[in-house]
Parts: sequence; C-alpha cells; structure tokens
Amino acid sequence: MRELHVSKITETVKKLCIDANYNLTDDIRERFQEAKAKESFPMAKNIIDILIENADIAKNEERPMCQDTGMAVVFLEVGQEVHIVGGSLEEAIHEGVRQGYTEGLLRKSVVSDPIERINTKDNTPAVIYYNVVPGDDFKVIVAPKGFGSENMSQLKMLKPADGIEGVKDFVLQVVREAGPNPCPPIVVGIGIGGTFDKAAFLAKKALLRSTSERNEKPLYAELEEELLNAINDLGIGPQGFGGRTTALAVNIETYGTHIAGLPVAVNINCHATRHGEAHI
Amino acid sequence: MSKRITMPLTEDKVKSLKVGDSVLLTGIIYTARDAAHKRLVDLLEEGKELPFDIEEQVIYYVGPTPAKEGQPIGSAGPTTSYRMDSYTPPLLENGLKGMIGKGKRSDAVINTMKKCGAVYFAAIGGAAALTAKCVKTSEVIAYEDLGAEAIRKLYVEDLPLVVVIDAEGNNYYEIGQQEYFKTLR
Ligand code: SF4
Repeated sequence: MRELHVSKITETVKKLCIDANYNLTDDIRERFQEAKAKESFPMAKNIIDILIENADIAKNEERPMCQDTGMAVVFLEVGQEVHIVGGSLEEAIHEGVRQGYTEGLLRKSVVSDPIERINTKDNTPAVIYYNVVPGDDFKVIVAPKGFGSENMSQLKMLKPADGIEGVKDFVLQVVREAGPNPCPPIVVGIGIGGTFDKAAFLAKKALLRSTSERNEKPLYAELEEELLNAINDLGIGPQGFGGRTTALAVNIETYGTHIAGLPVAVNINCHATRHGEAHI
Repeated sequence: MSKRITMPLTEDKVKSLKVGDSVLLTGIIYTARDAAHKRLVDLLEEGKELPFDIEEQVIYYVGPTPAKEGQPIGSAGPTTSYRMDSYTPPLLENGLKGMIGKGKRSDAVINTMKKCGAVYFAAIGGAAALTAKCVKTSEVIAYEDLGAEAIRKLYVEDLPLVVVIDAEGNNYYEIGQQEYFKTLR
C-alpha cells in the first residue's frame, strides 16, 4: 500500500488550475497552424493569428488566456493500492482549486446555489469524478471549463433506428445553433451510449483527449473526421464571422447502451480547451 | 483598414459605423454582466438614477480576472451577449448607444437598436490577454459586492472590435458567412 498525503494532492490541483489557464496546449497550437494553412478567408485567418498571439501573451506574461477561467472539473484516477492520508480527499481537491484560483489571479466564477446565486469567491466547489483503477498510481486531470461554450452543449436520447445518421444530424444541429456564441473555433466532445448521465460524462471526457489522437475504433475515428469536415462546411468560421475553421477537432467517446436507446451528448468547448494532468 | 472611433458614441458616429467594419475604440466605456444589468434595469423600473449616465455610452459585457499588481486589469475578453438580451431594450431606450460582447442577439434587441440608433460590436472572444492590453485604467464605480461582475469604468485605447449589428439592423453573423460562401464559388 502506497501512502499519499492529501497536501500533495492540494498542491498538484492548485498548480494544474493555474497552468491550464495560462498555457494553451501544444496540440491546439498545432491545430491553429493547420487551420491557418487551410483557411482561405482573410478575416478568418486574421482571427486565428489573433488567438495565437493571445496564447503567446498569456504564456509569456503568465496570465489567463481567457477571462472565463472556468469551473474546475477534476478527474481522478486512483490506484486501488494507494492509501490517502492526512484528511479528506474531496476537501483536498477543493482546497487546491481555492488556492489555485486565488494565487493564480483566476476569476472566481462559481456560485454556491444555482437559484440563490451567491458567489463563493474561491471558485469552489469543483466538479469531481473518481475512477478507481488497479495499481498504485494516482493521476489528476484538471479541466477548467468556460461556460460560453458549456452553455451551448446539448444532450438527446435518440432512437436506435436513428443510427449513425441521427448522431451526425444532431451534432451538426448543436453546432449550428451554437453559431458564434462559444467563441469558435471550437473543439467538440461527443459521448455516445451508456445512460443519460453516462453520455454527458463521456462527452466531457472526450474533451480531455489530445486533439492529435483519434478514437481507437476505426468506425469512430472515421466519424470524427467526417463530422469535423461537415462542421467546417457550415461556414460559421472563427468568431462566427465566416470561414472554414469552425472546429479544430471532434473527439468521440462511446460506451455500451440499452437495447432501447441511443443517448448522444455534445459538449462544446472553445479553442481555450484547457486541461492539464499529473501523476503523484 | 480600421476606423478609429473615440467615445462618446454620438448619433453621427453611430450612423457612420457599418456592418463588418473593423473599429479601434478609444475612450471611456463601462463594464456590466448579467447581475449588474438586472440591477440597472430594476433602477430604471423604479424611476431611480443609474450609477452612471448611459447617454451616448457603450457597455462592455466582461467580467475580468483579478489584476496583477501594478496592472489596471486582468484578462478581459467579452462574455456571450444573449444573456443580456432581456435587459438591453430599456437601456437603449434611455440613451445607451453601443454594446460590446460576442454572439447572437435577439430580434427584440435588434429592433430596439434600429429604433434608437445603436451599434453592437464584437470583441474577439477568447483573446482576453490581448484585449486587456488596450485597457489603460479601470475603476469599480458600482456594485463592488458582485466581484468580477461589478460595474467598472474603463479607459481603453484602440480596443479592436468588429461591427456585428449596425443601426440599420444588418447582421455580420449572416453577411460574413455569405461572403465566405461567395469566395468558394
Ligand atoms: S467560450 Fe471559451 S474562449 Fe469564449 S469566453 Fe468562454 S472560456 Fe473564453
């Protein structure tokens, strides 16, 4: 049994909150370059350049790339041979968020109650998912999620008869309805299968995967490519000002589902698709 | 070529701004998001005075990150505008001439913009570190309790914007895309 003190977890979550908000990931930078090469529309090219410049400023000056520094979504992979000591694991995570958002000068964008709406002033609570895995590794992923794009996300319980065409239609409908609101170019996370809640979780999880990697199953790798092209044929373009570059990537995650169902969740993320991970 | 515009946004300036124009805006503007809008509109309904004179002014929909020491503001890009739609017409009817945000507006907002003569600008969503460089001074003037949502008075220099909806109701989210498709033919 490996012992892990909660203070280490707090420290890691704190660092990841700050790091994810200051530094655009390398894969998104690569997608920007690819998009620029394929983009023919001057206004669209110009905006991609502005977003690259913005990422450079954020990195060099150590400040958030976007003012919406998000609600912290934390994914843990806890090895079943790890013994956590020194206090509550959940509280250690919230404390990491609290410290990260305060010390990193990130915006506190979370309210304690969805109707009463009092700002907690420390960006807690975080949304936390635990996954217990074999071994003694402890992996933390922090994904600050902005709500301009989160608000454009949708879920639909399709019928099995709707099939893959139904999935495509729904995804395109969601992206079309979102239009300029989620600060395109966007990254689209799609969860297919499971239950109502599982599909939504898968869509969020899909956004954690590097945009350089495709789904392992050829069926979905092809669907990712096909949907990316179809989305970029919509003409929405960067910021909705027209152009090819509406999305930088489509990531799909799937799970087994019920004979009567075909849940599909579409989680929209902006180019500021932030996540960082660490092993402790 | 960008048009340089200096605040206040007079009727002549509003008329000169056309859909798709790139604008560099200089002068004093005010920030407000959802919670501040609600309070402003409540004041109007009660017939009370607003915390600042909105005549010929522009509101920027932004909730910045906290400023580093010695800097006027943290990162400060636009938030999605549709959440302010229900509060916007009364402000326009009371003299507000411009809004800065990102994303679509409702028909009710567009119609009131046409009626009252106002412009809707987009700032580049997500380019918040870059945008912050245009903000030279920032001062909370109302609703400090709202934190990031407090009303700030900003002095901006050459803030890069695009006219998305002009005072005639022309909408760049439609026109820009049509122009893009024309280039493909
Ligand atoms: S949608 Fe993304 S880029 Fe746009 S304001 Fe929100 S977090 Fe920032």
